[in-house]
Amino acid sequence: MPADGRTAPAVWQTAGFGIYVHWPFCAAKCPYCDFNSHVAAQIDHGAWADAYETDLDRWAALTPGRLVHSVFFGGGTPSLMEPATVARILERIAQHWHFANDAEITLEANPTSAERDRFSGFRAAGVNRISLGVQALNDGDLQRLGRLHNVAEALAAVDMARAEFDRVSFDLIYARQDQTEAQWRAELSTALSVGMDHLSLYQLTIEPNTPFHARHQRGGLHGLPTEDRAVRLYELTQDLCANAGLPAYEVSNHARPGSESRHNLIYWRGGEWLGVGPGAHGRIEQTVGRIATAALRSPDAWLRAIAAGHSGLEEKSTSNRREQAEEYLMMSLRLSEGSDLGRLCDLGYELQQDRLAELIADGLLERQDSQLRTTARGRLLLNAVLSELLSD
Amino acid sequence: MTELSRIRNFSIVAHIDHGKSTLADRLIQLTNTVAARDMQEQMLDSMDIERERGITIKANTVRIEYPAKDGHTYILNLIDTPGHVDFAYEVSRSMRAVEGSLLVVDASQGVEAQTLANVYQAIDADHEIVPVLNKIDLPAAEPDRVREQIEDVIGIDASDAVEISAKTGLGIPEVLEAIVTRLPAPTGDRDAPLKAMLVDSYYDAYLGVVVLIRVIDGVIRKGDRIKMLGTGGTYPVDRLGVFRPKMADIAELGPGEIGFLTASIKQVRDTRVGDTITHERKGADTPLPGFKPSQPVVFCGLFPVDSNDFEDLRDAIEKLALNDASFSHEMETSAALGFGFRCGFLGLLHLEVIRDRLEREYGIELITTAPSVVYHVFLRDGTMQELHNPADMPDLTIVDHIEEPRIKATILVPDEYLGDVLKLCQDRRGIQLDLTYAGSRAMVVYDLPLNEVVFDFYDRLKSVTKGYASFDYQMEGYREDSLVKMQVLVNEEPVDALSMMVHRDRAEQRGRAMCEKLKELIPRHMFKIPIQAAIGGRVIARETLSAMRKDVTAKCYGGDATRKKKLLEKQKAGKKKMRQFGKVEIPQQAFISALKMDG
Ligand SMILES: Nc1nc2c(ncn2[C@@H]2O[C@H](COP(=O)(O)OP(=O)(O)OP(=O)(O)O)[C@@H](O)[C@H]2O)c(=O)[nH]1
Ligand SMILES: C[S@@+](CC[C@H](N)C(=O)[O-])C[C@H]1O[C@@H](n2cnc3c(N)ncnc32)[C@H](O)[C@@H]1O
Ligand code: SF4
Ligand SMILES: [Mg+2]
Repeated sequence: MPADGRTAPAVWQTAGFGIYVHWPFCAAKCPYCDFNSHVAAQIDHGAWADAYETDLDRWAALTPGRLVHSVFFGGGTPSLMEPATVARILERIAQHWHFANDAEITLEANPTSAERDRFSGFRAAGVNRISLGVQALNDGDLQRLGRLHNVAEALAAVDMARAEFDRVSFDLIYARQDQTEAQWRAELSTALSVGMDHLSLYQLTIEPNTPFHARHQRGGLHGLPTEDRAVRLYELTQDLCANAGLPAYEVSNHARPGSESRHNLIYWRGGEWLGVGPGAHGRIEQTVGRIATAALRSPDAWLRAIAAGHSGLEEKSTSNRREQAEEYLMMSLRLSEGSDLGRLCDLGYELQQDRLAELIADGLLERQDSQLRTTARGRLLLNAVLSELLSD
Repeated sequence: MTELSRIRNFSIVAHIDHGKSTLADRLIQLTNTVAARDMQEQMLDSMDIERERGITIKANTVRIEYPAKDGHTYILNLIDTPGHVDFAYEVSRSMRAVEGSLLVVDASQGVEAQTLANVYQAIDADHEIVPVLNKIDLPAAEPDRVREQIEDVIGIDASDAVEISAKTGLGIPEVLEAIVTRLPAPTGDRDAPLKAMLVDSYYDAYLGVVVLIRVIDGVIRKGDRIKMLGTGGTYPVDRLGVFRPKMADIAELGPGEIGFLTASIKQVRDTRVGDTITHERKGADTPLPGFKPSQPVVFCGLFPVDSNDFEDLRDAIEKLALNDASFSHEMETSAALGFGFRCGFLGLLHLEVIRDRLEREYGIELITTAPSVVYHVFLRDGTMQELHNPADMPDLTIVDHIEEPRIKATILVPDEYLGDVLKLCQDRRGIQLDLTYAGSRAMVVYDLPLNEVVFDFYDRLKSVTKGYASFDYQMEGYREDSLVKMQVLVNEEPVDALSMMVHRDRAEQRGRAMCEKLKELIPRHMFKIPIQAAIGGRVIARETLSAMRKDVTAKCYGGDATRKKKLLEKQKAGKKKMRQFGKVEIPQQAFISALKMDG
């Protein structure tokens, strides 16, 4: 507590309060995807809407008085939700909390025609930002990624979304099989020429327990980049985006200054968020401390648990101050702005000065006033830097 | 007291796994020495390690009573011996305590390297030898062929070798009869001053040191005051007994008898194997011939993974040393590994066994450095230093020359693998001494430097011969050669634990192989790491481990924070298995793996 007796601002006031709503269904499962997404023959939309409402009621009791800075419908494919479900959820949120004036309400959409038709419905429900899973601007690669759309449909969806919503972003996956630097330069230039304010550009990751992983283990999935090429592709991405006025504000996220995703900043700045829906994770501040929650991953199990009046949580644990500080460093060093050392100090966390000095001397980290951040080289080695910085 | 003519003392010797311990079981069983319900397999192998590995490490004695066909009851003292070459010393001293040997040969495998080694020792000890063909229950058994082989290769008469199956019990009564009729009775004078041979000793938590003795002349009784002629120690005999195989008290032991005594002796080190025990008063003054003490031949450093465990390691090593006089230790400090011990062993199996026991019985995780032999370093001033650790190599300017231990290795191998075996020996700087055939098996004898053998020779031999070769060796003294110390530098810093002595002609090849191996074993770091091998200041091989350039998670949102944390925890645990050298982390396992050379 500061010396003058005022209470320090709560985490949600400095780093934001958000609500993540997970919709676990997709039209088809992509072979690289390890998200909690499932293909279901039938979905009882009414039951799901009921469950989300019930869950929100329970969370509201634990987090009264917050100002909602962001709601994010993620998935799975939330653009397959009925607009009515989205509307009911947003209404329920409004009943429990106040929205900030500039609250960001994002919905992830897949760019197939089925979803495009609902855009106006989502807008009417209150959604003001769309994040489209374009993934590639090359029909052959879209097919290899197991996507259900082609480039023309994707670009049409982007246009439709921009006509309907103020803020639109799309995702691309690069460092794909056989992708050369020249090809990616051309593809990314096309993407940038669309004139977006925000882009998420992820290098393809072979995640365990996916069909891609199995193929890779068997020696298949040829033409993935070597480490050197992956580095060059990453550096190329940084250059092209910065030149187009969309510098990276996080490892894989680019925005025109001011157009960053507020929701994701809540995660990376160590704010407070609720995880609503199957498999969703949350972090909330309670008098006992900061609580990490994780909901049951199975859609059926979660739905049944909620309907039966249970929390639907699989895990709920209090993090001690050290764990909080470590998590904060892990998340915030992903950002270009870096970590606020004052926040670490408030958590009573002391960085190991010798390690820190060495990482700075090696040109992996840099420090400016009370901010600690990665250098360009350090960001590419963030996992190793963290393991060095946090090891005991 | 037992009449000498009613005593038979013998050892059971064989190549490893040919069935010595199983035969001992049957002899114990058939003579009802142990109640049926207390019988268990290989019952003399009582150490955990022995039971687990199914091998014998310590020689064991049992006294059994056998009513023979001639109507008399005989006392039989049998000693079951280990088959592995590392413990050959146990065999040789056991043989000094008895008059005969049962030479067990697996009838499905035939004569192997240790069969030969054991026979030669038995002949040296003037033993009567009864050949026993075991495992004739196996379909692959060829007793006739093996009988012929014994005659050809070993040159002893095998026409009346006893055919048995120690597993089924077939032929065991014949073995018992052969012991009585074919092995000689001991000799000795009951009225002469006491002379007993100290055959072995071990530490027992309840009894203190237990001493195994063979009485030659005179009689020893409980309560007698005894004197060890070699060490000069005097003790009162607290307890006297025999093994059946459990300890059973006995009033006295006379000539020809084998048994044990306890006498308030604190440490195994206070007893000397081969020493002569007599009475303090009116004792004998000329000692028995005695044995050559066993010498550790392989040395390596043992360091605790967690440096906080050092004191525990010291305790554990001291406890083990109490019971194993052939294992030596002294403190060692390494710039790389901190505090630990330089330990000497009879061979690699012995090393493994001790390391295993330290890790399991005492729960200490260990880093084992490269095994090394003992070099004789002759200095210009005419003196000689024993070098147990390459890190201690004196400055080259004061060194005149270096001698290394050589061995005489005997390898038996089926014809089709002979070429590979010869190549292996040649690659290891071997000099062929002999090559003969026995049926479809070749017997090669090589003069080899011990240091080329200690590390992975046996593994390589097994792999090039698909396990069909057998191998035995004996020390053959020291010889000068062109030897140098090779250092390894990781990120420009010498890693003392990786230093090794090599022959100059192979230094480059070794150095290159070592650098390549280390390049695979050391994980990449955020900077590039030169790995060099050097002799003196001269770099003879070099590899560069490139810097890691990219290690970042592409996507990390709310739900991934938890996942990320788990990853970090895993990394932290992984780091514990590393050693820090300057800025470089080297996995512990690298210290051993780096030295395994292929071919
Ligand atoms: N089939 C068959 N197997 C046998 C016979 N005798 C021993 N064995 C098996 O051979 C293996 C080795 O037997 P051991 O008695 O431990 O051999 P050992 O010679 O004492 O071995 P070391 O002490 O390690 O040198 C065991 O698996 C026994 O069960 C036999 O007559 N027939
Ligand atoms: C929640 S996911 C999926 C959103 C939406 N269902 C879609 O597929 O368009 C968000 C983004 O993560 C990225 N992504 C998913 N799996 C990936 C992987 N294995 N490697 C790299 N990026 C991945 C994709 O760009 C995807 O759009
Ligand atoms: S990538 Fe998107 S659409 Fe594909 S399975 Fe994953 S969540 Fe569903
Ligand atoms: Mg045995």
